[in-house]
Amino acid sequence: MDLSKATFLGYKRENGRIGVRNHVIILPVDDLSNAAAQAVENNIKGTLALPHPYGRLQFGADLDLHFRTLIGTGSNPNVAAVVVICIEEGWAKKVADGIAATGKPVAWFGIEQHGDHDTIMRASKKAKEFVQWASELRREERPLKDLWVSTKCGESDTTSGCGANPTVGNAFDKLYPHGATLVFGETTELTGGEHLVAARCRTDEVRKKFQFMFDRYQALVERHKTSDLSDSQPTKGNIEGGLTTIEEKALGNIQKIGRKCLIDGVLDKAEEPTGPGLWFMDSSSAAAEMVTLVAAAGFVVHFFPTGQGNVIGNPILPVIKLCANPRTVRTMSEHIDVDVSGLLRREMSPDQAGDALLECMFRTANGRLTAAEALGHREFVLTRLYESA
Amino acid sequence: MIHFVVHDENDSVGVVVVEGVKAGQTLTGWIMDQDREITFKAANDIPIGHKLAIKALAKDATVIKYGTDIGRVVAPIGVGEHAHVHNIKTKRW
Repeated sequence: MDLSKATFLGYKRENGRIGVRNHVIILPVDDLSNAAAQAVENNIKGTLALPHPYGRLQFGADLDLHFRTLIGTGSNPNVAAVVVICIEEGWAKKVADGIAATGKPVAWFGIEQHGDHDTIMRASKKAKEFVQWASELRREERPLKDLWVSTKCGESDTTSGCGANPTVGNAFDKLYPHGATLVFGETTELTGGEHLVAARCRTDEVRKKFQFMFDRYQALVERHKTSDLSDSQPTKGNIEGGLTTIEEKALGNIQKIGRKCLIDGVLDKAEEPTGPGLWFMDSSSAAAEMVTLVAAAGFVVHFFPTGQGNVIGNPILPVIKLCANPRTVRTMSEHIDVDVSGLLRREMSPDQAGDALLECMFRTANGRLTAAEALGHREFVLTRLYESA
Repeated sequence: MIHFVVHDENDSVGVVVVEGVKAGQTLTGWIMDQDREITFKAANDIPIGHKLAIKALAKDATVIKYGTDIGRVVAPIGVGEHAHVHNIKTKRW
């Protein structure tokens, strides 16, 4: 596929970033605000509430990550406007101010001294205004370099490593030279292949930073593990699918970064990249956590290869699922956007598989709903670093 | 018809990519990196996605897949036998 003149249709946001969805989100800062946020979503059609269980008594780096993830989610260019609701006014304003730095419309509401009823009424009025405003925004043609694409695999099996993951790798190798911004992560899921990732880092400085993050995560596993991580890494589903060790899983995982593109930089969780290229994000390998983190970092389309059939989606980031396992494609067809099982029958070349994924990526970017979007999968899962105070 | 795939010719295992492989069945494998075919006989029933050994592996040997170490053998594995958690274990964690 010749991508030199490739374009997609996106929404240009106030800060110049390009989104491929046009959501008006109702963002609760804490668990207590979920009910009000969901009531606003119910009142105002076309809005999307993002309930989650956290936000109270967190502190230090864990609280910083909480704010970074919420502000990043609101700032994502797939989001047109945001209504923030919090039990306290101070933190509602803090999150809203962070999002407002992008220039997009944001309103914030605190529940204390108002109660749910009054908050829901005031927030609903603002949400209605936002959703009607957003409904008149129009897509415009944009060059490929404006597209930010993330990847993370899930419920992998051995077919992931020989089919779906190399397909993502093929697509990444094709996107990279055109200035796209790309990211992968899953720190513990590189165990056994970390030397291969280190060798792909563009500079010694990037390599050193990657190694530091990898070693830190290994130390965490060593500190908390019981016997080994059996049944967690690999998971029961991975083992059922034929994956035997973390090394085998990691080597399959690494196929997602292709064979040519280099790792240009390393990101903390939910941190926004500062330029084009391939980035590594230090992150959990749990699907919904990782996808939530890359959405908060500003990515607008996601490649999700699966083997045994993970059903994950995300509220604001369209998740494209691809699969090479013929049994999963047959038994879970409603979840699979791109069937690359032909690769394993030698009926499809890696190059054709990569092109099929890219074609789906362009259609998705232009507005076609993914399977996960159509099925209503909106997993929004915040990463926690440690206990609340 | 391809019954199993092998990433690299130096690998010790291949991955079954069709359903219903039975003991005694003759299997055609595709070595992806070198793009050539090989033939082996399955020694066990092997589910889709699971591995068969294409080299005899003694206890404590290193299992190679993707041309890289994926773990150690904890019980000997004969050619064509099912290779999984019952005879291979991680070297990490």
